[in-house]
Amino acid sequence: MTTTPESDNPNEPHGRSSDQTPPPFEAGAEWLTGRGRDADVVMSSRVRLARNLVGFPFAPTATDDDRRHLLGAARPHVSAANDDGKAALTWVDVHELPAIDRELLVERHLISRQHARGKLSSGVGGVDTPRALAVSLPDEKLAIMVNEEDHLRIQRIHAGLDLSAALAAVDAADDRIEASLDYAFNPRFGYLTCCPTNVGTGARFSVMLHLPALRLTGEIEKVKRAAEGMSLAVRGFYGEGSDASGDFYQLSNQTTLGKSERVLLAELEADIVPKVIDYERMARRKLLSRKTPILQDQVHRAMGVLAHARLLSTEESMKLLRLLRLGVVSELIDSTDLLTVHHLMLLTQPAHLQRAVGEELDQDQRRSARADLIRAKLG
Amino acid sequence: MLCQHCQEREATIHEVVIKNGVKDERHLCEPCAAELNLDPSPQASVQQVIGQFLSGSSAGGAGGAGATPAQALACPDCGRTFLKFKQTGLLGCATCYKAFERPISPMLERAHEGGGHHVGKIPRRALAASRLAKGQTIEELLGDAEERASRLAQLRKQLADAVRNEEYERAAQLRDLIEKTTVLLSSDEIDTAEPSKGDPSDQ
Repeated sequence: MTTTPESDNPNEPHGRSSDQTPPPFEAGAEWLTGRGRDADVVMSSRVRLARNLVGFPFAPTATDDDRRHLLGAARPHVSAANDDGKAALTWVDVHELPAIDRELLVERHLISRQHARGKLSSGVGGVDTPRALAVSLPDEKLAIMVNEEDHLRIQRIHAGLDLSAALAAVDAADDRIEASLDYAFNPRFGYLTCCPTNVGTGARFSVMLHLPALRLTGEIEKVKRAAEGMSLAVRGFYGEGSDASGDFYQLSNQTTLGKSERVLLAELEADIVPKVIDYERMARRKLLSRKTPILQDQVHRAMGVLAHARLLSTEESMKLLRLLRLGVVSELIDSTDLLTVHHLMLLTQPAHLQRAVGEELDQDQRRSARADLIRAKLG
Repeated sequence: MLCQHCQEREATIHEVVIKNGVKDERHLCEPCAAELNLDPSPQASVQQVIGQFLSGSSAGGAGGAGATPAQALACPDCGRTFLKFKQTGLLGCATCYKAFERPISPMLERAHEGGGHHVGKIPRRALAASRLAKGQTIEELLGDAEERASRLAQLRKQLADAVRNEEYERAAQLRDLIEKTTVLLSSDEIDTAEPSKGDPSDQ
């Protein structure tokens, strides 16, 4: 992967030197640690700001020259957006990455599928479209997509329920960038975005929830309806377009104009999310106190299969790992921990798996490699 | 239940819209729902609302055949036409917001649940520039101080009505909304204040 650490500082994170080959994403992202508030239910909290720069056309009308020009103009300021005292962000030219590395960044929630393809929803662009990612390593808390649908998409991900701190941090990064770059802004419409669904604050708050008990009891439908009644979007593990049929549900605000960041945040973090958390915990207690230990059986079965299977598809391993996660947070399983389970959820995704093995694998080889990897960690 | 509109056929489409904390229910039969341009699919997304509005299929949208004057608009900076925006949902540059302000304003209000004016963070340099130009206050710049105050007065009246009519669920929703609106009025300016000279947390 071609990445360029921005800093000349010899004390690179993890003592990496500036050669081009080391895999910079091997160390765990902070949100995978399983720490943080309400981590038994809340996997992670994310805040993302959409920003565009004055003097550059928006993505649909920009030429590749405009985009290259923008990358050059934005790079020094975007790279310096990290917290005070932290190393500069690592800059990745996404258009120069092989497909598998682009996929890897999607799996890590660092870039969108759209950014991986380089293509707008309207079909404009392609894999060679000049675009970039700037990311804080090794924690991966701050990630900025450059030349996605908007010129900048600044995101901050924290473990557990932590939207307030994530907002404060993303706000500070935004201020640092705005100190030297002019944002497209209009007093009436706020921050101007390419798609008017993001205009205003340009802020998208989302919380990734693990709700296996509500799904098992079928009560998840009530949660979905309640969320939709409050104009919140319900999505799956990989955001827009991904299926929310597993146990992971992402709740996020749909409106961005007419409400301040603080109100948008409060509607999620103070209103609906605590209710859903309580609801899920109640459902877990109910399931665990049944006379017939159905849930206990499912959790231990999942552990059994994961520890011994020789072939596992992504779908099956994810399903079992989600059950294992429930087992760990419910203290039914003590032979592994949340960090390991979260790492496995990521490492068993196709691009991560192939990078771990170091070669391209077909589907059958992947199933075998996936089972080997999981056995090595859990067996 | 009979259709509210024709009072003849059985109502099969039930729409519950909670807007600004106020619940609004409609029970219609399919022909009437079609006549009233009610989308029978549940939970229309913001994208769908915009799509519907743009294609002129929603009630009050710019319907009719042929290019309306709005569709013939083009942005003087990037050349993007309103028609192209209609097709893709994406604007071409910052100036498009000015060029298409009239046709997109009602659409934005629908998509953002009545939010027509920005409330929240302001880039500091935009703020400084505007102030130098006009010497405005933040509220004037945002154009929402009056809007919020009138909204608050309206909400208080609705609350009084709800209590009088013993609609307690609605009253509770309204109370929450009033609380949020009040908080906005009193403290939201903090976000937009100029860099403070003496941050108390530094002391």
